[in-house]
Amino acid sequence: MSGGTEVYAAQAADGFSASGAAGAVLQVAAVVAGAPLVIGWMRQVRARLEGRAGAGWLQPWRDLRKLFAKQDVIPRGTTRVFTTAPLVLAATSLLIAAIVPVVTTASPLDEMGDLFAVVGLLLVGTVALTLAGLDTGTAFGGMGASREVTIAALVEPTILVAGLALSVPAGSSNLGAIVESAVADPGAVATPAAALAFIALIVVVLAETGRLPVDNPSTHLELTMVHEAMVLEYTGARLALVEWASAIRLTVLLALLANLFVPWGIADAGSGVAGLLVGLVAVAAKVCVLATLLAAGEVFLAKLRLFRVPELLAGSFLIGLLAVTASYFLPSPS
Amino acid sequence: MSAAHLPALLGGLTLAACLGAAAVPRRALPGVAGAGTALVGAAGVACGVAALDRGIEPIELAGALPLAGLRLAADATSGLFLVLIGAVAVAAGIYTAGYAGRGHGSARTPLVLLPVFVAAMLAVPLAASVTTFLFFWELMALASLALVLAEQRRPAVREAGLAYAVMTHLGFVAVLVGLVVFAAAAGAEEFGGLGEAAAGLSPATRTAVFLCTVIGFGSKAGLVPLHAWLPRAHPEAPSQVSALMSAGMVNLGIYGVVRVDLDLLGPGPRWWGLALLAAGAATAVYGVLQAAVATDLKRLLAYSTSENMGLVCVALGVAALLRATAGNDEPTAAGAAAVVALTAAFVHLFGHAAFKCLGFLAAGSVLAATGRRDLDALGGLARRMPTTTTAFGIAALGACGLPLGCGFIGEWLLVQSLVHALPAGGTLVALVLPLTVGVVALTAGLGVAAMVKAFGVGFLARPRSEEAERAVEGGPAMAAGMGLAALACGVLAVAPAVLSPALGRVLPELPAVTGQGAGAVPAPDLDTVLRLPGTSGAMSPGLLAVGVAVGIVVALAATHWRARRRPAPLRDAPLWACGGAAPTARMQYTATSFAEPLQRVFDGILRPEVEFAVTPYPQSSYLVERASYRSRLRDVVESVFYRPVLRAISAAAAVVRRAHQGSIHAYLAYGALGLVVALLVAM
Repeated sequence: MSGGTEVYAAQAADGFSASGAAGAVLQVAAVVAGAPLVIGWMRQVRARLEGRAGAGWLQPWRDLRKLFAKQDVIPRGTTRVFTTAPLVLAATSLLIAAIVPVVTTASPLDEMGDLFAVVGLLLVGTVALTLAGLDTGTAFGGMGASREVTIAALVEPTILVAGLALSVPAGSSNLGAIVESAVADPGAVATPAAALAFIALIVVVLAETGRLPVDNPSTHLELTMVHEAMVLEYTGARLALVEWASAIRLTVLLALLANLFVPWGIADAGSGVAGLLVGLVAVAAKVCVLATLLAAGEVFLAKLRLFRVPELLAGSFLIGLLAVTASYFLPSPS
Repeated sequence: MSAAHLPALLGGLTLAACLGAAAVPRRALPGVAGAGTALVGAAGVACGVAALDRGIEPIELAGALPLAGLRLAADATSGLFLVLIGAVAVAAGIYTAGYAGRGHGSARTPLVLLPVFVAAMLAVPLAASVTTFLFFWELMALASLALVLAEQRRPAVREAGLAYAVMTHLGFVAVLVGLVVFAAAAGAEEFGGLGEAAAGLSPATRTAVFLCTVIGFGSKAGLVPLHAWLPRAHPEAPSQVSALMSAGMVNLGIYGVVRVDLDLLGPGPRWWGLALLAAGAATAVYGVLQAAVATDLKRLLAYSTSENMGLVCVALGVAALLRATAGNDEPTAAGAAAVVALTAAFVHLFGHAAFKCLGFLAAGSVLAATGRRDLDALGGLARRMPTTTTAFGIAALGACGLPLGCGFIGEWLLVQSLVHALPAGGTLVALVLPLTVGVVALTAGLGVAAMVKAFGVGFLARPRSEEAERAVEGGPAMAAGMGLAALACGVLAVAPAVLSPALGRVLPELPAVTGQGAGAVPAPDLDTVLRLPGTSGAMSPGLLAVGVAVGIVVALAATHWRARRRPAPLRDAPLWACGGAAPTARMQYTATSFAEPLQRVFDGILRPEVEFAVTPYPQSSYLVERASYRSRLRDVVESVFYRPVLRAISAAAAVVRRAHQGSIHAYLAYGALGLVVALLVAM
């Protein structure tokens, strides 16, 4: 417990670390370039498991390239909210990619926002997109916005409680400090508290990124859409930004989930070039494994009815609550 | 001019503003009343700054009230609330000049009373004795009641006025009993004397005073179940009055709790903190849930006020609970977390005042332009009223409690205090605090839903009524009032450091929460990067804003990739809507439909009355001829908690009525009987 605080204090005393800055740049670049590949990989895994050939894991990049060359269409009656929402979504996603410990725990932006600020930034992006959905003034836009906001509101307690379960042992809610304390104290990962928090956070990631069973990312039936319904009126570069930003959010959250519970390989303030490269390879491998598991799991899942989703989220909230209680009453043995 | 002259200046300006508004011709009335209110507010800010700086020495006005006289003084805590309320009054006053000028709430009496209301609100934190406090508390209540009744021709206003009058006076009675018991037991009337004597009081007396005052002040702050007047009175008042009440007056309920229960009554047992925490948590969740399903724009904002006062109360409860846990022998983590929680309460009060003032002023502009408050009839205002839409957008962002908004920092500090209290607080704290985190998170999440609905349905998309289609902007004075409040929102959102010096003076004045001697904890340093004393959380709202701005520039640059291959953008294209031909404005989602999923999820709490009838054709039960859906939402607390009480009172009144037979002999006999009883009691 005190280990995390000391580590964090040492890092705060150092302030800026050149390795951390290089790592932050590297992880933003890696996430930006790699996020479409993660989506492509998941689709490919799913296709193979379903007995299809699949489009190949590079397909999302081809789609983005195509979309960026398409004509912009601004629908009648929409305002600046519609045109700027993709920019806000992309900006918050990029900022999160720079803050969250993906490749290194020593990002100089780590002090800018802790776990709760990152959750808030995610929500800012969601809100921008829901407002854009409402701004179109179509039934589908409103429907998607209403459902997205409902899910976002109900998932919030789980995120914060699971975040609390992780922050308490580390003595800080800053993500870098949490991951560093997990590196320093590997035993803590195997406690009941960490296991429960992990389960709760998986549900959070599924809900936040609109995966099965909360939302079906590959649906073509409007009435069951959540995320897709909000972005129906987008095309061209704006649609590309929305898709890209969504991929970045998924990738960063998977990387964060992996690093919170299996932090090994991540670079810190003292790492050199080799350390950063190791961190990059490690996180790529971890995300790849998680993405494969997620895609394989989705083959066996159907989308939940919208009004069954609250039950799932209430369950995950209870698990998060148990995680906090366990972290207090069953402290890690070390 | 010394600090002692500032309250005199405040009084003089109030008198001048009143007389001016009463005397000037009709044409000049809105301008004079608005300017007068703004000046009184500015004098309040000046008083507050002086009080924060050095404090204002006690001023005795022996002849002003019979028997006790008035006694005014201010320490830094008073100063904080003076600045808060004065600043709200400045924005609302400027706005009034435009709003009343357009014929809204422009009768002479309400406009003459407006400066009086502001002055009474400012005098409450200046009061330094029980009599003075109660006098100004009641003056504030009466002035605001008259202002709520400004448009008394509408039945809804009269009903709201009645509910407000009853509730505010029941609250007043509770405060009166609590403070009188306190003063009698302590043998002192001045606040200084009360504070010294408080430690020697018996636990029973302290408990009685605590309960009475929390009930009384809680009803003013809109805590559940005493909130019922708030969503009625705030929406029906003229909008600048709504802003003054929702962003100013409710804070005085919190001031009462801080002054009497945390400061004067001194550190209490743990259950005091738990009681405040429970009341605040219930209020926050219930308020935000009602806001999320409300369709009346001003009612939504009023419920949001209740929600935010609930959050502040949660923060105060957490602070009191942790202080009772911490002890004063050495600096502890629980003590440090208590200070963070108290800071969260004050920061959130400022954030809330800024965004709620702006929200009500913008809602007033919409009301002035369209005559509608019903979100289901609004929409499409972004193109017709860009200034108001921007203003409401800023307010809604603040109310969401999201980064870049001014409500975020208070909520962040509150969550931080909970994170850092958990390891240090003992078993009770370990059980209570995670639930509190859940409550704060649910409140934040539902707050987002409520504000997305208010902004997205009310201002974006296409107009849902002719009035919304014809809306036009309200003029420079209203824009200036909103601009001032929006500026405050922006500053508080990115640079909470402006509050740092004031908090540095206020927190040491409250040793009942911040600790004494070796256990005392300094105020947190709200620098560019927020770092907390004794804990290791860090966050920087200003840098986050910069980061998002840089991100937007990068994203904008990314959209230029392959831009040369694109044809020119197609503007004003017909909506696609999945191929549905020409969607009309009636096909849009309304506020009711937007909130329907939440209404279904929280069915058990909200208990909506839903009637759903399908009439099929006689030929087949699958062919629907007509379907009707009607849903009606009542405040559940009102029907569960108030109806039985009102019924019992009516029944009791019916019994008493039997004694009234209209016979003069009977009444004379009652008089004689009463005298005999009185004599017997006196013997």
